[in-house]
Amino acid sequence: MMSIKKISFFSLLIIILVYTCFPFYWAVVSALKKTGTGNFTVEYWPKQPTLENFFYVLSRPAFGSTFFNSVFVSTLTVLFCLVIALTAAYALGRIKFRGRTGLLMAILGTSMFPQVAILSGMFELTRSLGVYNTYQGLIMSYVVFSLPFTVWILTSFIRDLPMEIEEAAMVDGASSFVILFKVFLPLMWPAIATTAILAFIGAWNEFLFALTLTISPEVTTLPVYISRFRGESEHEIPWPNIMAASVLITIPLLIVVLFFQNRIVKGLTAGAVKG
Amino acid sequence: MKRQVSHLKDRSKEDEVADIKIDTVNKYYGDVHVIKDVSLDIKSQSFTVLVGPSGCGKSTMLRMIAGLEDIHSGTISIDGQVVNDLPPKQRNIAMVFQSYALYPHMTVFDNMAFGLKLEKRSKDEINERVQEAARILQIEDYLHRKPKQLSGGQRQRVAIGRAITRKPKVFLFDEPLSNLDAALRVQMRVELAKLHDQLNATMIYVTHDQTEAMTLANDIVVLDEGIVSQKGSPMDLYNDPNNLFVGGFIGSPKMNFISTKITSTSSDKTEVDLMGSSTISIPKTSASASAGDSVELGIRPEHLTVNADGDGSWESKVFVVEKLGSGTFLYLEKEGEPLVVETEGDSNIKVGDTVKVGFSASRCHLFDSSKQAFK
Repeated sequence: MMSIKKISFFSLLIIILVYTCFPFYWAVVSALKKTGTGNFTVEYWPKQPTLENFFYVLSRPAFGSTFFNSVFVSTLTVLFCLVIALTAAYALGRIKFRGRTGLLMAILGTSMFPQVAILSGMFELTRSLGVYNTYQGLIMSYVVFSLPFTVWILTSFIRDLPMEIEEAAMVDGASSFVILFKVFLPLMWPAIATTAILAFIGAWNEFLFALTLTISPEVTTLPVYISRFRGESEHEIPWPNIMAASVLITIPLLIVVLFFQNRIVKGLTAGAVKG
Repeated sequence: MKRQVSHLKDRSKEDEVADIKIDTVNKYYGDVHVIKDVSLDIKSQSFTVLVGPSGCGKSTMLRMIAGLEDIHSGTISIDGQVVNDLPPKQRNIAMVFQSYALYPHMTVFDNMAFGLKLEKRSKDEINERVQEAARILQIEDYLHRKPKQLSGGQRQRVAIGRAITRKPKVFLFDEPLSNLDAALRVQMRVELAKLHDQLNATMIYVTHDQTEAMTLANDIVVLDEGIVSQKGSPMDLYNDPNNLFVGGFIGSPKMNFISTKITSTSSDKTEVDLMGSSTISIPKTSASASAGDSVELGIRPEHLTVNADGDGSWESKVFVVEKLGSGTFLYLEKEGEPLVVETEGDSNIKVGDTVKVGFSASRCHLFDSSKQAFK
């Protein structure tokens, strides 16, 4: 006999689940439909499910190289972000200097800009630096908009690490560099994993900058690539193919999240900081 | 043993220990003056304890010696060299923290080897030093465990081991036993005393526990709100406190203070009023004292004898009896704080009994209105 509390809890749970998962479910359903008029009828499960759309997407030659582009750009973005953010977090979280609060606020402030607002500025910047339509240009811009939240998460986390471990390391003769990488870093895996996941997903799914700052297929990333799918006629949008591609490109994200999630849990239970 | 030639530091004098000279040091936290013109000489190879109540500045003083806090004015020298501007790693010191501060993700071995690895010593030397320290502290079996797998006492020993391996000139201990349970504290105290004898190193130890101070120290420095209240050997401080604060701080349970007035003075004695009806003549004087002055008479619980006569006596009702087995503490009614008397463990005195205690004049201390002791 379930109590009112339990019923309402589960109802809420179901509502949230449906709200968040339905779009993905719909994408999978659409991907399984035959191309053509089939996708103009509302079906919660296709009458004739078919995998042909998935095969179509996978067989296109550009898919492989575009996939590689996305992986490359996202991974490098995460790596650069982490290195910069870690060292910044040490300074902002552990060293008292004048203007520290102001700097932190400024960093937070930059994340409030909608991407569209800095788009034209970014375009000019990449053009003038000669990195338009290159990996570097894209990675640079991704690092720029990933840094604010990465720095914030790592700074908050590093601030909570006990002072005495740092002092013990100082007395042992460690330089700031050693303290950061040999003493603090191993204790920060949960935060690093979280940041890595968020930064990776952000870079992977990013559309606007990729669309604006790259133009040739060698450098294009997956979201832009998918948006360029053409249908039979110029008025037709090949939804099944697009949906199939979307589902396919979400799979690596799931793998990344699952891999790092392990680390987060491990880090939290390692009894990281007591005594 | 062959020593590595290194540009990092002069290693030829590694086995020597240092003295520390603190000269008119001041420290402020914002506007608060926490260390006020403190000067101290800490002899090489001595075990010096900085003791005092919370907030007196003892930890701050230790951290200034370590290099973890800035010095506002004055100098601190280790082995003749002024170290004010040197970071901790260049001062040749090692520190044991109250909460051990072990590196959680490293094994015990790595914890103790960390400092040595940073000095770029050879693997053999590191191994030898760590094994030696582990042997001294009896933690050889734990070398491959991580801190979270150890008990509090074991962790504390690892923290001490980490300090030993570095063979510093000075060992600094910041309330290392405060986080341990009572029984372990006693055990570790003994081990620390043994360690000092074994290593013959200069050790500076901070605690708020006067028992640790009395048992471990060659020299005790009592700090009170940023100034040195008195410095001396444990027995000096016990027998001859310079002021009310030291008198009340050293010795447990603390010294009894009876507020009274001087009835007459002479060149070698001071006579004070006792319970209104009698007086006691105490062989101590003060240049600024005169008849009629208010003074505090200090007498330790262990110097009060039940049902015995003495130069002075006191009589009142017992309102609390604490039986410890080894002794009994009687709390007698008195204006202000109760009079505490220590007597035999098998005493039959009960709450409500009226008890008379006697004491000898030579055991009395007198403190004037500015809290200075009569000598």
